[in-house]
Amino acid sequence: MARALINVPRKARRGEIVEIKTLVSHPMETGYRRDNIGNPIPRDIISRFVCMYNGTEVFRADLFPAVAANPFLSFFTVATESGTLEFQWTDDQDNTQTASASIEVE
Amino acid sequence: MRIIPHHATTTRRFFLTGVGSFVGSFGVAPAFILRPAAATPASMAAAIHEVVGQAAVRQGKVKLDIPPLVENGNAVSLTVSVDSPMTESDYVKSVHILNEKNPQSNVTIFHLGPRAGRARVSTRIRLANSQTVVAIAHLSDDSFWSDSVDVMVTLAACLEDLR
Repeated sequence: MARALINVPRKARRGEIVEIKTLVSHPMETGYRRDNIGNPIPRDIISRFVCMYNGTEVFRADLFPAVAANPFLSFFTVATESGTLEFQWTDDQDNTQTASASIEVE
Repeated sequence: MRIIPHHATTTRRFFLTGVGSFVGSFGVAPAFILRPAAATPASMAAAIHEVVGQAAVRQGKVKLDIPPLVENGNAVSLTVSVDSPMTESDYVKSVHILNEKNPQSNVTIFHLGPRAGRARVSTRIRLANSQTVVAIAHLSDDSFWSDSVDVMVTLAACLEDLR
């Protein structure tokens, strides 16, 4: 689908609240615009974002056309154990884009 | 030259202040009363009803951070935070962002839980017009809290066509 950028701290203390930032490139076409000959441009948006921490969902977002192009999300999670954070973006056509990052908890 | 008696001027001044306060009490006060806090268009009221159902929405706990004056409505940074300990027994279930004048009332829904640690989320949104943006937080005890911000938008999103 597109390129995704994620920012997760590499190391954290156990129980520390860490910030996670994600950015995925996507036009987020609203479906309310028209092209230069007046035809409506079909809607094409990322409607769902999920963040899993070692298989457990820690954050989920439902996105609507009012989210700006190249959706940026920043949120927090508790660093409970070393492992991987998996990110998944799903668009209207059920295409998915995934990314992952590992975190080391001391 | 005719000298106006002293008592005549005082009467006139007294009369004018009297009229002024009379007009003021009827002209200013109703304008203030006619602008209720919940002046939300029907679509947003319906969207809020869909989120909360019959429950009451209280002000407080939620803090919605949006710049009050936005140059470009295509990307407006937004941060919403909820005052919550985020423990297993007391946490934020979800935060709904709604608006008044975009073609659709929903902006985004964030689903959180005790694993989030801190109830604070940032994103960027589109605003089609100067309008009020509302955040409604759904807490684990099924109470709803909200905050709203009036935003002025100079360049609106959604309206531009491809050229």
